[in-house]
Amino acid sequence: MTPFGAVSALGGWTVGAVRDLGRFSVFSASVADAGRRPPLRLRRLVAEVYDTGVLSLLIVCVSGFAVGMVLGLQGHNTLARFGADQQLGAVVGLALIRELGPVLTSLLVAGRAGSAMAAEIATMVVTEQLDGLRMMSVDPLDFVVAPKAFAMILSMPLLSTLFVLFGILGGYVIGVVVLGGDGGAYMSTLEDAVEFSEDVLGGLIKGGVFGVLVGLIATYRGFTATPTSAGVSSAATSTVVIASVSTLIVDYFITALWGT
Amino acid sequence: MESEPQHAPHEGSAPGPTHIEARGLFYTRGGRAIFRGLSCSFPRGRISVVAAASGGGKTTLLRMIACLIRPDRGEILVDGASELTGMSDADVRAFRRRVGMLFQFGALLDTMTLYENVALPLREHSRLSEEEIQREVRRVFDAVGLEDVDELLPGELSGGMVKRAGLARALIERPDILLCDEPFSGLDPPTVRRVEDLLLRVNERVGATMIITSHHTQSTLRLADHLVMLLDGEAVEGRPLELVRGSDARVVEFFREPERSEGDERARGRVAGEPRVTPR
Amino acid sequence: MREEPRRDFWVGSFVLLGLVGIAYLSFSIGGVSYRGPGGLQLVASFDEVGSLKNRAKVVIGGVKIGQVKAIQLGDNFRPRVVLDIDGRLALPSDTSASILTAGVLGDQYIALEPGGDSEVLKGGDSIQFTQSAVILERLIGKLVKNLGSGDSKKSGDSK
Repeated sequence: MTPFGAVSALGGWTVGAVRDLGRFSVFSASVADAGRRPPLRLRRLVAEVYDTGVLSLLIVCVSGFAVGMVLGLQGHNTLARFGADQQLGAVVGLALIRELGPVLTSLLVAGRAGSAMAAEIATMVVTEQLDGLRMMSVDPLDFVVAPKAFAMILSMPLLSTLFVLFGILGGYVIGVVVLGGDGGAYMSTLEDAVEFSEDVLGGLIKGGVFGVLVGLIATYRGFTATPTSAGVSSAATSTVVIASVSTLIVDYFITALWGT
Repeated sequence: MESEPQHAPHEGSAPGPTHIEARGLFYTRGGRAIFRGLSCSFPRGRISVVAAASGGGKTTLLRMIACLIRPDRGEILVDGASELTGMSDADVRAFRRRVGMLFQFGALLDTMTLYENVALPLREHSRLSEEEIQREVRRVFDAVGLEDVDELLPGELSGGMVKRAGLARALIERPDILLCDEPFSGLDPPTVRRVEDLLLRVNERVGATMIITSHHTQSTLRLADHLVMLLDGEAVEGRPLELVRGSDARVVEFFREPERSEGDERARGRVAGEPRVTPR
Repeated sequence: MREEPRRDFWVGSFVLLGLVGIAYLSFSIGGVSYRGPGGLQLVASFDEVGSLKNRAKVVIGGVKIGQVKAIQLGDNFRPRVVLDIDGRLALPSDTSASILTAGVLGDQYIALEPGGDSEVLKGGDSIQFTQSAVILERLIGKLVKNLGSGDSKKSGDSK
């Protein structure tokens, strides 16, 4: 490809990306608007929270526990070198509450519930179910998309919290039960180091923001999928990729801003 | 039960006043020109069939009438007046209240029972009580000949039942326009027959303007009061028997009985008990 | 949607569990409840506050009874710390405040030692007796200097 060709391809790609971003913003605004307006469709919201939240419990809690165990092990090894292994509770707790809880939960949920959500909506596009709704003068954004997106926003901070709690437990099991650390010191250093407004609130806000990101990305990719079976799988995979990368990038910005 | 409607090819009642009219539609997708200045009309209260070879644009035309797609150029008029193609979202919503659409695969929401699916338009738009809704659902289920299906999910239905359920949903708000996309696709011949009878019955009872897309030549001839044939991006329309026996060679070709093919010969041989002959 | 009481139960449990978890993290671990009824505000001036931070704990005998609300510069460039303390406590007016360090490398906090006076500190009062923070670097500096002078004494220099 000539240099000219490469540059103009880049330009074309950028224009396309900006246009896509614009469409995504319009979509998000419409979803927010649809969610705000009555009827509130609580029955559907509950059903979606089940699919998104309850069905993700297993993967989130098991992973949280496992990550907590690793933190317990690594933390203990490192802290022991400085004679500070009493601080294990604080180390495990802070790492989980501020960063690992919200971020890892978001990645896991994007993979499990996000891709499922995108695939489900994309399949509804293929099978003309969304057109069917339109022909009945029912807005698919209001009936199908908004409950799913809001379910994700609601579930994410809750799941993130459970990830953290299981992680703290995992750290305790390794640091105290297995490696013989001081259980009381674990909990008290944890309590001393963790601050509500610095750490817990920041973590919850991250959870909420990631919920919004994953929810909107998943529903958008599903909604705009090409109506073929390749389109459905592409909706699912692109959701995981985009949602994961966005989570990590946004995480940086929130961390930077929250710290000030 | 109703008396069996006519089985002979439809003579076609005199075309009535135009209900829906397409003028000069142009539509290109993926580099292919699907409509090249297509114009046609659909008479009020009659059954019109849009026929074309596969990929000829039948479903596209139906979706344009349903306002699901907009043409690149041209307009679609309803009752000679309101221009479908330029309507605002609110107007489109109002228009759709008068339209019922049966999609090719039913387009029923697959997480909801049949009862819930058919009741949905009423739940969303009307203030009817649960008993009244139940009565309406019973009414349309009877009209399409479905019994004891309330608790079934769309995935549990046979092809014929899916079409009926989709039709029931399309009929529940008493539309004056009924659009059916390939209602006979994927059905076995007896079921095709039943669906044809059903559509005829619905037209008699409800009097809605019906627009059906199909490439089933038999059903087309049996049902159509008015035939619209899509050829090379344009439309040829008229009463079915006139078109089929008429001067446009393309239409005649489409509706002709196929020549005896080699397959037919071999099949005949097998039926008569001859051993299968391997070509030398 | 089909009526599904079982699904509703699980969703309700999930949300409840999550909210309880958040509450636990916030209150028990994050210490958010530290709002004693009717916070009592006291002021203490020090020469040196070291690495004392806002919301550092204020303890009596190791028990947390409040936190540092603000650290400012008062008269004569002397640091002035505003303490927010559990209003139910009746602290004698000769109570002293010291800045201590948790462990060798830990955070700094304020420890109060109640005196014996019959009069009680009221909102806005100043604590009279304060002990400034110990700066580790200065302590080490002094130690090195003392070691140095000890050596020079041995070699007979007069100081």
